[in-house]
Amino acid sequence: MSTVEQEAEPEAAADEAEGAPEREALEEEVRRKRRELAELERELEEWDEEYDDVPKRDANFTSVSGREVQPLHTPLDLEEADFDYREDLGFPGEYPFTRGPYRSMYRTKLWTMRQFSGFATAEETNERYKYLLDQGQTGLSVAFDFPTLMGYDSDSGRAEGEVGKVGVAISSLADMETLFDGIPLDEVSVSMTINGPAMMLYCFLLAAAEKQGVPHEEVRGTIQNDVLKEFMAQHAWIFPPEPALKIVADTFEWSSRNAPKFHPISISGYHIREAGATAAQELAYTLKNGFTYVEKGLERGLDVDDFAPRLSFFWDVHNDFFEEIAKFRAARRIWARHMREEYGAEDPRSLRLRTHAQTAGVTLTAQQPHNNIVRVAYQAMAAVLGGTQSLHTNAMDETLALPTEETARIALRTQQILAHETGVPNSIDPLAGSYYVESLTDELEQEAEEIFEEIDQIGGVVEGIRSGYFQQQIADSSRRHQQEVESGERTIVGVNDFQVEEDTSIDILKIGEDAGRTQERRLAELRERRDDARVREALDRLREAAEEDENLMPPTLEAVRAYATLGELRQTLEDVYGRFQEPVGF
Amino acid sequence: MTDRKYRVLVAKPGLDGHDRGAKVVAAALRDAGFEVIYTGLHQTPEQIVSTAVQEDVDVVALSILSGAHMTLFPKVLDLLEEEGLDDVLVTGGGIIPEDDIEKLEQRGVGKLFGPGTDTSEAVDYIRTWCEEHRGDGAGRE
Amino acid sequence: MNGVGGGREERGPEPGEEPPAGLLEEFGRGRQRALARAISMVEDETPGFEALLDAVHERVGRARRIGITGPPGAGKSTLTKELARSYRQEGLRVGVIAVDPTSPFSGGALLGDRVRMTELASDRGLFIRSMASRGSLGGLATSTREAADLMDAFGLERVLLETVGVGQSELEIARTADTTAVVLVPESGDGIQAMKAGLNEIADLFVVNKADRPGADRLRKELEIMQRIRGGRDEEIDWEVPVLQTVASEAEGVGELLERLDAHFGRLRESGALEARRTDVRVEQARSVLLRRLERAADSQWEERRDEIRRRLASGEASPYAVAAEMEAAFRREMAAGGDPARS
Repeated sequence: MSTVEQEAEPEAAADEAEGAPEREALEEEVRRKRRELAELERELEEWDEEYDDVPKRDANFTSVSGREVQPLHTPLDLEEADFDYREDLGFPGEYPFTRGPYRSMYRTKLWTMRQFSGFATAEETNERYKYLLDQGQTGLSVAFDFPTLMGYDSDSGRAEGEVGKVGVAISSLADMETLFDGIPLDEVSVSMTINGPAMMLYCFLLAAAEKQGVPHEEVRGTIQNDVLKEFMAQHAWIFPPEPALKIVADTFEWSSRNAPKFHPISISGYHIREAGATAAQELAYTLKNGFTYVEKGLERGLDVDDFAPRLSFFWDVHNDFFEEIAKFRAARRIWARHMREEYGAEDPRSLRLRTHAQTAGVTLTAQQPHNNIVRVAYQAMAAVLGGTQSLHTNAMDETLALPTEETARIALRTQQILAHETGVPNSIDPLAGSYYVESLTDELEQEAEEIFEEIDQIGGVVEGIRSGYFQQQIADSSRRHQQEVESGERTIVGVNDFQVEEDTSIDILKIGEDAGRTQERRLAELRERRDDARVREALDRLREAAEEDENLMPPTLEAVRAYATLGELRQTLEDVYGRFQEPVGF
Repeated sequence: MTDRKYRVLVAKPGLDGHDRGAKVVAAALRDAGFEVIYTGLHQTPEQIVSTAVQEDVDVVALSILSGAHMTLFPKVLDLLEEEGLDDVLVTGGGIIPEDDIEKLEQRGVGKLFGPGTDTSEAVDYIRTWCEEHRGDGAGRE
Repeated sequence: MNGVGGGREERGPEPGEEPPAGLLEEFGRGRQRALARAISMVEDETPGFEALLDAVHERVGRARRIGITGPPGAGKSTLTKELARSYRQEGLRVGVIAVDPTSPFSGGALLGDRVRMTELASDRGLFIRSMASRGSLGGLATSTREAADLMDAFGLERVLLETVGVGQSELEIARTADTTAVVLVPESGDGIQAMKAGLNEIADLFVVNKADRPGADRLRKELEIMQRIRGGRDEEIDWEVPVLQTVASEAEGVGELLERLDAHFGRLRESGALEARRTDVRVEQARSVLLRRLERAADSQWEERRDEIRRRLASGEASPYAVAAEMEAAFRREMAAGGDPARS
């Protein structure tokens, strides 16, 4: 830390009092620095020549994203990037927040260890949650099954064979009540990975809190609610972009007035990256989506500082250690700069980017699955060195199935070891000032700015989604990576090198069809028991509100309280808005 | 003069949105000279079989990452059989545990490819199957 | 073998080229699978395919054929889907042929038009077929027409031919339709470019799709002006080529498009031009089929003597012209003797 400050504040400051000669002294100082740099440049050239003569390994010296990496970084790289400590880094908790969103970072509070989980029915997942909380996990993160993610009830024909398979099945408020039975919603913050039907699940959660006697203003947590990246990468879409964005803006507006402790969106690069994007694409597309949501809020007449403090982010942490750290740092700087300069935000809480992170699922291998523990550990360390606020570490068997209790525990322990044994959290942003990390941070920022311009040129995010631009770019990057792996140009341990003959069958958690049958029965009972006339009326009211372009949160909440199901809510809105038409592209 | 082209349907049944693998395989098959019909996401087994009939494909390749393989593969097989398309190869890939693969293969599904498989391996398998079962220009009756 | 075509002519399809009997029977019973296989036979030129077409020819002529063509990204698939949906709502049985280019490098093709038609994929009254352009130029127009004939004979009442209007062969496909709609979008450039691409020669209607985008009105006006200058009128049937606007993704303007398609077809029928034009198409079809047969026959002789020809050309003992003339003479002798040069 001291090195950087000395460089940024040369001895010239000491000469200030001397008046007239001050200017001369300064000029002399500048000349001296130039001479030093020129000298360094000459020395580097010499070093380079000798380096060239040394034989090199037959290896790929590019990052996972395909970035050329120089063999050596020096002060010349910082000079070239016009590096300025105050302007580019500042102090933690201060603009432009490169070094972290908070002043004391992990010395006040470790990151939240938030393991994403959910499977089968609400009862079974409830039990797993209680186990995880017992084991020292500090937040909950709900994984839903595909029917729920797509807005179908467990008893819909479309749900056949998929109920409870990759997450928990939640079809109504009744399921949500069971899911959080015995878990106080004002104490445990709940993150829900839900997008297309995010508003409906948000209302399930709020209504479940009501039943626990917890008022809306005390409910803590996050809904992912990032529909833009669904169109780009994850594909759990329902409505076309415009109505989907309208619904997102509804949740912003409603939350800013009624649920100040809740994050109504988690703007996610994770799925964009997992679909094959490069680090720069993940960074740029995600931040651009963020700006698009800000613009939607502004169009709604909200004050930027009223809702921007509740926006949060979600990054992937991939294999390339330094590139990932630089990505986290660049993201904070870009967000702060744009929010202040472009959108006029003043509240520091609007400027500081806070993020969740998850280790990259796509890097897990089915071959020699125990190696995944090591991959996850390195990725987790990169996320923490990058300054994340919360973290999910993948379990080693997640490429094969949902984690077992044992693998889920190891994943959590990986974070606990990082937090309590390695010493990594002790110094804030410890890699700042590294010639390599700073020039990478700068490079990523510049690449992101170039991509922003390209997106503006094609007419913005929504237009790019409609024309399939993002999907195509991501597919191209993905294909490039795939080819590198298949040609052996990029080594994946255990997959295209260092293979062993093995029996890959490890103990995995298998979800049978019982969850589906249980859900069918529960839904049948629910439909029997509830007041159908009240449901009908509430759904009619919701349809009307959609047609009249009102905020949909209040009528949805009302329908949820009457035990309207997820499928009924989705269908009502689909009748008004239609469905998204997938663009074609390879 | 007969210019026999093998036709492959690459389909995404179920509700998962992970089409990366399916698209990579589709493009690889195209590059290997196949005519590939791609359906897009979120297809029902009924839609897939109806497409297989109309497009008169030799192979149906399904990509399933939702865990619903034990429901979706058998359903597609049954519907194909109902349509009299029992000579079509049904193959695919996804996250499918070993013992499920065995059960599906007994049920009549072709080779299934797990995560981390080289696309060329899948392409070679499909080509070999076509050459053995369809021949070159031999017609299909 | 003369019986196949109902004894309409002396010399039907070649001996031994019989349509698979089972297939014809299934086709007659309306099995989609039979139609699908029949189209494959046409695409692959499987022996017997011309006999098959001959056998079903009597039943061809009831369907209305509508061409939808335009540059990539104009929204043709979405528009085709909306038309298909509307016709289905009227209770009509619909066929769609979506043509996409074959990769010149691999000979393979990635056919993705169905992605936009997913919501109609399980409707049994709709038959969608993706076709790759494959190698030959004229051949594509011929086999597309034959696939449309099969759909027609199968009893489909509307056949929509969706092609990328960029090459000569695609324009030729459009010519085989009764009515052709040329679809453009504001991004696809101005009216002059459309004219240069020859699109105005085949357009019975212009559709400016994505009409909610900037530049749509300007494009419409340009097309209208261009029509006036170039005399965008089909005098024979007293038809002024209209320029319509649609937003296919929202199904906007589709109603008007349907009306104008009907109006155009009405004019064709009332004026008697329909029969005359369809006859022209059949005449052209007969010619293409003849050329295809001759080419096939010539090719098979060629293949047989390829090594010998190569040797003679390599040694310089004959010129390419002499070889060709000699081959043609032999070919003619064999034909005159009543043999089948393709099967000797």
